[in-house]
Amino acid sequence: METAKILIYDGSFNGFLTTVFKAFEEKFPISDIQTNGVCQNGLFSETETVFTQMDKAKRVWNGIQSKSNAAIKNVYFAYLSGQKGIELVLYRYIRKLFSKAGPKTTDFSDELILKISQLANSVRREKHRMEAFVRFQRTQDGIYFANIEPDFDVLPLISKHFRSRYADQEWIIYDVKRKYGLHYNLESVEIISLDLKEVYANSMLKKDIFAGNEYAYQELWNDYFKSTNIKSRINPKLHAQHVPKRYWKYLSEKKQAV
Amino acid sequence: MSFERVREKLNILADAAKYDVSCSSSGSNRTNKNKGLGNSTGMGICHSYAEDGRCISLLKILLTNHCIFDCAYCVTRKSNDIQRAAFKIQEVVDLTINFYRRNYIEGLFLSSGIFKDADYTMERLVSVAKKLRLEENFNGYIHLKSIPGASDELMYEAGLYADRLSVNIEIPTVSGLKLLAPDKKHEDFTKPMKKVKEEILRYRSEKKLIKNTPVYAPAGQSTQMIIGATGESDKDIMYSATHYYSTYRMKRVYYSGYIPVAEDSRLPVIGSQVPMLRENRLYQTDWLLRFYGFDIREILNKDYPNLDADIDPKLSWALRNMHLFPIDINKADKRLLARIPGIGMQSVNRILNARRYRRLNWEHLKKMGVALNRAKYFITCDSRHWQQKDLEPMAIKGLILQNSQGKFRKNYSSQLSLFN
Repeated sequence: METAKILIYDGSFNGFLTTVFKAFEEKFPISDIQTNGVCQNGLFSETETVFTQMDKAKRVWNGIQSKSNAAIKNVYFAYLSGQKGIELVLYRYIRKLFSKAGPKTTDFSDELILKISQLANSVRREKHRMEAFVRFQRTQDGIYFANIEPDFDVLPLISKHFRSRYADQEWIIYDVKRKYGLHYNLESVEIISLDLKEVYANSMLKKDIFAGNEYAYQELWNDYFKSTNIKSRINPKLHAQHVPKRYWKYLSEKKQAV
Repeated sequence: MSFERVREKLNILADAAKYDVSCSSSGSNRTNKNKGLGNSTGMGICHSYAEDGRCISLLKILLTNHCIFDCAYCVTRKSNDIQRAAFKIQEVVDLTINFYRRNYIEGLFLSSGIFKDADYTMERLVSVAKKLRLEENFNGYIHLKSIPGASDELMYEAGLYADRLSVNIEIPTVSGLKLLAPDKKHEDFTKPMKKVKEEILRYRSEKKLIKNTPVYAPAGQSTQMIIGATGESDKDIMYSATHYYSTYRMKRVYYSGYIPVAEDSRLPVIGSQVPMLRENRLYQTDWLLRFYGFDIREILNKDYPNLDADIDPKLSWALRNMHLFPIDINKADKRLLARIPGIGMQSVNRILNARRYRRLNWEHLKKMGVALNRAKYFITCDSRHWQQKDLEPMAIKGLILQNSQGKFRKNYSSQLSLFN
């Protein structure tokens, strides 16, 4: 019997797709797929490092897409969940998609397919949350700046939404957990990394870097948040269910509650 | 703009507007033009939630709370002794743009008390929307209130700039309206609705021939009814809602539990409880009509004029129609699957997809998210075990209630609590 291999890749989505390509091409059994840096050797398996090749990644992408649009979306979204061991699960998922003819993404009685579909859904939910919970603060030099800390790596997914919505203002959305951000310079969106000395959550303390009337608008918004509440219908449980507490520190209307 | 003055106005006019339930920002499709500001795609976004758990998606304010009418159920009625204020048009525009740029809101919901007359008020509302669209190149969502009695020309213009238009019918029955708002005529409410409906239909047919026909109210129109202010039955409310859905092609009818805001012998006293459970049941019924293929006469009729408080309307319908059950999960068509208690439309779609690959059993259904504690009495699947052993409807109801927890249970439970 051939020994199972552990494949190591660079941690990028294209790297992962290249790994899938290699595994399909060489047909050897896989015991795990890991990112470099966090890899752990198995006792009886050998490791092999895979270098990212865009043309191969593209072929895998197109191959999955030819199965269905839902398939490629599920793979990409579930990958961004960053869950431990997701690579191997996705590899098994992709093998299943290719195993027989016919679309398989809708076979919800299959455990693996249901799992990936549910995982993709939670990433989709987080993406939608970030489209809602980003709170821009206007800096002195006119840039709209926001810090976020999403559960999953959703920045690549929300880029298009913000680009087409705020086409006439310069903005930055920075993920403090994953230490990178998006910067829109009125032309295109670029990936940036900043050396942030502090997290610019919506704190009670006023900072000089933000424009003078920024805090006036935050106050107006907080007032509005209070006035629009109907006291005789108060429902803290429902409130916390819709706006989970872990997001509160980035929401200016909740800063007094934090 | 003077910050303190605007702040004061915002507090008064947001407080007065909060009784409007609608906050939806979906169903429109405005793309961002010429690098302008904003877009509204099909999906709405709730940017925050108030502490009462209601979504905040739009900046919901009145242009003014001065009003010439004296409707008993309304906070801003003429005879009520409250602080009055009025926004300038530019102030509303600035607030909207600045909130939108910070990603606080999806757009503007602008309503107003009626000052001078209907047309004068409507004209001001339209000019806010016009300014946002034409001067600020704003493509976010705009919901304007149609003022009862406004002229057809103004209603036409309003639809050119707004995504959604709405008139609140407020009192579901004509007799109730006479009692609580004697200066308003029922026709004043329906006239703008009719105009908007006709314009939407006209836009749709012209669009097929001429591509650049100006868009008219792409997110349609909606209305709202107050629940529990006059003694109407659930049947009155839902039949009236069905009428508005079919006659005026409403996108939504909202139900708003009456919150006592006035001492008036015609109304529930201040401090009485908001009928939230009843509101919830009405929404469930509304969903059954719009998405589950139910006919209103199946759920509410002269034998059953009111919805059950302790179980949802679908379960209650099923218990009255036990001869249709059990339904075979692996064979029944979509229409029938949608009628099983404990199975929502999402589960229906999952079942339809999954059963093409293999026959489904209890385990599969559970993993897909079916609420088996209710559904198990009404279905058979690929298993020799099935629950129903000629149980009587009342016995099933008892078992379901015993094995579940409802968030409103304390409101109607007849069992005494030990520690209260």
